[in-house]
Order: sequence, then structure tokens, then C-alpha cells
Amino acid sequence: MMKRDECFRLLARHITDEAVVATYSSAVDWVGIKPRALNYTSIGAMGLDSSHGLGLALGRPDRRVVVLQGDGSLLMNLGSLVTIAAAAPRNLVHLVAQNDTYEANGGHPIPAPDVDFAGMARAAGYAAVYEFSDVEVFAQQVAHVLEQQGPVFATLHVEPSKPLTYDYPSLYDPAKRKAFKVAWMS
Amino acid sequence: MANAAAGSDALHGAAIIDAIKASGIGYILSVPDIVTSSGLLAPIARDTELRLIRVCKEDECIGIASGLSYCDKRALILIQHTGLFDSLNAVRGIAVEFKQPICMMVGLLQHDPQLPPRGSNRYGVRIVEPILDAMGIAHHLIRADADVAKIRPAIDAAYAEPHAVAFLIGRSPA
Repeated sequence: MMKRDECFRLLARHITDEAVVATYSSAVDWVGIKPRALNYTSIGAMGLDSSHGLGLALGRPDRRVVVLQGDGSLLMNLGSLVTIAAAAPRNLVHLVAQNDTYEANGGHPIPAPDVDFAGMARAAGYAAVYEFSDVEVFAQQVAHVLEQQGPVFATLHVEPSKPLTYDYPSLYDPAKRKAFKVAWMS
Repeated sequence: MANAAAGSDALHGAAIIDAIKASGIGYILSVPDIVTSSGLLAPIARDTELRLIRVCKEDECIGIASGLSYCDKRALILIQHTGLFDSLNAVRGIAVEFKQPICMMVGLLQHDPQLPPRGSNRYGVRIVEPILDAMGIAHHLIRADADVAKIRPAIDAAYAEPHAVAFLIGRSPA
């Protein structure tokens, strides 16, 4: 089993000018590892991170978008797998950290463990689908995953993390939204 | 006289689509709505100047429109009022609290166009405007061709400030 922050540190080595859309625990880990203007964390409603990412990817097909989503969030917006696959943005990479818990809401389990999100993404029609549970394999393949023609999906099987501090005023800071737009449209 | 009255009450989808295009809208995000199905969504699906993104559930539209707005791309969400209700948390967070330019065209299901929405026989229709008012969301009733002129300035204002706006479609467009 991998750790989410460990995976994100490996991912961060390969992130340059991509937009990274993240929420809740994924956002807390990501902005701690790679603070930057191109982080998009004002999601506004649980589950919509993948939909924000689709909008960004459609609007700037010349730029790459990486979505960092939790399993609880994806469960709230499972239809987005079908919507994204149908819209078929080549520049969207959708990574789901699966720890089988609603980590940001007290660590309660999702309704059923071991949901096959990668299988769902494959069935929905994503162009490329991956699944990782070994950090060494992820380290070897993360660059390859990011380079594939999208929409790309990958499940990262991770363990629940240590308790996190959720600084929502910072994640939802209007100044960060403005800075994101300037960086994204530059 | 009766014909003249019927003419003044007519609402044509082509006029709405012209107004949508004149507003700089490039993307239509939609779950099918029976009020606007044949008069709006069907011709939009055939229109090569508009990109239609068919979504599975209405709240997806709010996130997609927000993402597009960061790319300076304008989107119109075409849904039924039941879908608006289903999306209220997303509208609350993204459109209202984050002040994103979310533009919605909302079909009023089973509404009698001769009545104001607040006076509808349908509970679901009666509460649409009070809910939008409670959330501070601008809204405009589009019931006849004369109302179509409201669309472009309202969309321009939504993107300029920015804020959310809802157009309530009070009869099925021809």
C-alpha cells in the first residue's frame, strides 16, 4: 500500500506548467508539497473537482490538466467518468487516491471498500487507464502516465494518512483564484 | 385578435439561440429538459457554432462552466428546474460564494405559461424564484420572443462582475 503524499512527491517532480485541480485531503497534501499559482483548489462542492478539471481542459486544449481526487469525491460524481470520456479531452489526467475512507469527514469508510474505479473508468471509455499500489512502480511510470493522450485515469491505492489540518480559507482564497487565472492564461 | 395575441406570446428557439451566440457563448452544458428539448437542445445539438457537452448530472455543469470561465470561455447551462434543485450546493459554493459567472437556462417543467412562476399550480415551479432570490441569484423569465432581449445583457453582466444568472424558460420554445 502506498502513501498519498509519497505519490504526490513523485508526481511533483514531473509537474511544470500543468493546472493541478485538487480538493480536501489531496489538496492539503498537494499544496504542502508543491505550492504554486497553478494549483486550483476552489472546488466549491465535493465531487466536482473532476468537472472543474474537464472545463479547464476543454478551455485550454493546449495546456495539460491534472486532477487529484479522492475516492469519496469521485463517488459523489461518478457520472463525470462518462461525461469526461465522452468529451474526450486529450489533455486531462485524472488521478484518484483510493483509501476507502471519507478522510476529510472523520475517516468513516466509503459505502463499500475495494471499489474498482479503474474498471469503471475503462468501461466509461477513458483513453488510458492505470492502477498503482506499489510506489516503486508508480515512480517508474508516473512520467509515462502524464504523457499519454487523454483522458487518462489512474487509481492510486493509498493508506489513510496521518491527521491533516484543513485550512479551507487558504484553499478557497479569492486571491489564489485570481493568481491561478493569471498563471493559467499567461 | 386571437392570432395576434398568440403571436405575441410565441417563443422561438431560433431567437434564443441567436441571443446565446450573440452573448459569446461557445459551450452548452446540458442534461435534457423536456421543456427545451425539441425547441432548443435539438437545434443546438445540430449547430456547428456551439459545442454541446452532454453531462450525466446537472451539478457537473457548474464545475465545467467554472473551469471554462478561467479560460475566458463562456458557457450556458441548459437544464430543467428539477436539475437546478439537484445542483443547489454546487450553485451555492461555486456561483454564489466563489462569485463565478454561472449562466443557467432553466426549463420550468409542467408550468402554465399564462401564470407567473410564483403563481404556478406546481409546487416545484412556485419555489424556483424564491430560492433564487434567497441565494441572491439574478433571474429573468423568458416566456415570449420579446423576453429574449434580456439574454445578452444579462450574460454580459454575469461575466463582467462576475455573478450567476438564471433564465427561466416559461414555455416550450417552438
